[in-house]
Amino acid sequence: MTAIDYKRAAGYFLLKDFLGGFKLGMKYFFKPKATVNYPHEKGPLSPRFRGEHALRRYPNGEERCIACKLCEAICPAQAITIDAEPREDGSRRTTRYDIDMTKCIYCGFCQEACPVDAIVEGPNFEFATETHEELFYDKEKLLENGARWEAEIARNLEIDAPYR
Amino acid sequence: MTEFFTTTYLGITLLTLGQVLAVVVPLLVALAFLLYADRKVWAAVQLRRGPNVVGAFGLLQSFADFIKYAVKEIVYPAGSDKVVFLLAPMVSLVMALIAWAVIPFNDGWVVSDINVAILYVMAVSSLEVYGVIMGGWASNSKYPFLGSLRSAAQMISYEVSLGLIIIGVIITTGSMNFGDIVAAQDGNYGIFSWYWLPHFPMMFLFLISAMAETNRPPFDLPEAESELVAGYQVEYSSTPFLLFMIGEYVAIVLMCALVSLLFLGGWLSPIPGLPDGILWMLLKICFVFFIFSMVKAISPRYRYDQLMRIGWKVFLPMSLVWVVLVSFLAKFELFGGAYARWAIGG
Repeated sequence: MTAIDYKRAAGYFLLKDFLGGFKLGMKYFFKPKATVNYPHEKGPLSPRFRGEHALRRYPNGEERCIACKLCEAICPAQAITIDAEPREDGSRRTTRYDIDMTKCIYCGFCQEACPVDAIVEGPNFEFATETHEELFYDKEKLLENGARWEAEIARNLEIDAPYR
Repeated sequence: MTEFFTTTYLGITLLTLGQVLAVVVPLLVALAFLLYADRKVWAAVQLRRGPNVVGAFGLLQSFADFIKYAVKEIVYPAGSDKVVFLLAPMVSLVMALIAWAVIPFNDGWVVSDINVAILYVMAVSSLEVYGVIMGGWASNSKYPFLGSLRSAAQMISYEVSLGLIIIGVIITTGSMNFGDIVAAQDGNYGIFSWYWLPHFPMMFLFLISAMAETNRPPFDLPEAESELVAGYQVEYSSTPFLLFMIGEYVAIVLMCALVSLLFLGGWLSPIPGLPDGILWMLLKICFVFFIFSMVKAISPRYRYDQLMRIGWKVFLPMSLVWVVLVSFLAKFELFGGAYARWAIGG
């Protein structure tokens, strides 16, 4: 017959584990919460965060995009579609710039490929929609995003510039 | 007017109906907030916030959940026995609710003041297992069936030690009426006159058995999420699921009430000078419920063989020995008659 481990038996009957757990539980009970209260509070984002796309303009209001189609070429998901034509003043501009946001994998290659910093991935990640169609972004929508997020995009690009 | 309510059949029926509503409605409303408290405690221990969106501090979360359950569709599994399938949650809830008929909230505040109240509660809470078995069987599905089998074995095992622990209290009091049991705990020393002191280890045994009896974590094997998904509730949706859940929580609060009546002096005040009253009873129920919540938050689930080992090889012998011990202590009125506080006769 094996000897009885009295110490272990005493701990068992005095609910040692349970009391220890209770103590630890109470300690955590009064600790500050780790959860971010999401819609009201948001976590910090890196300046490199790759969120919703935007097409930027120069400060004088001219579109940056020159329809070089590098982004279309590099896009691994083939989410970008571009058509281009010379404008009345002879400069080369897009007539169509579509991104299928449901194909996009948010890799950021388009942003890296762009020679004029026209297409960028902004800090916005809250653009869920109720229908699939709403996520087929056209040029108008992308330029509007650019106008809305320009301040933050410009700041993020500036902060990240030394590392690019 | 008083005569109408005490002598005629219609009057007595109306009076009883009023009393039933006076217990059930506040109980169910309180349950909504206890559910919320349960989730908040659980969240706090895990450093989460818990429900905090619906109403101020999320206080109305349970009501939102209630509406959600009520408007959803009832899904019947293929090949299920529809009558039994729907009957099971009702049995579960009704059995949990009717036990409250004999639970007093204050001196004389009880729907049915019968002399075998404890026996009645034990009988009714044994019947609760039928709801679970019927639910698991009628679902015509593997997991619910296994869950209900586990549940049946578990509830029956722990019923035994619950019963024996209660016998100890009954021997000390000499009565099965909750009013008498609480009256017998009324002494000059406030909190130290209550039965938790003379029946010290048994109170914890009762608490743990009550957790097992009501399928509460750490003994929630019938609905072990990681193995059986949700046990006997797998196939349930909408209102039937809601009934199961309310039934489960009503049974838990009933166990909290039993602990406070049997061991914590019911509505007696812990400090000799203060007046007794319903407030103390409610506070004690909340306190015991808090312990239930904390245990749920801190303890891992037991393995099935461990559960059965604790039930039959630890709790049963301990409570059996205790009954014999208490019988001797009561018979020879040892420890200053601490075990012989007979409420009636002697």
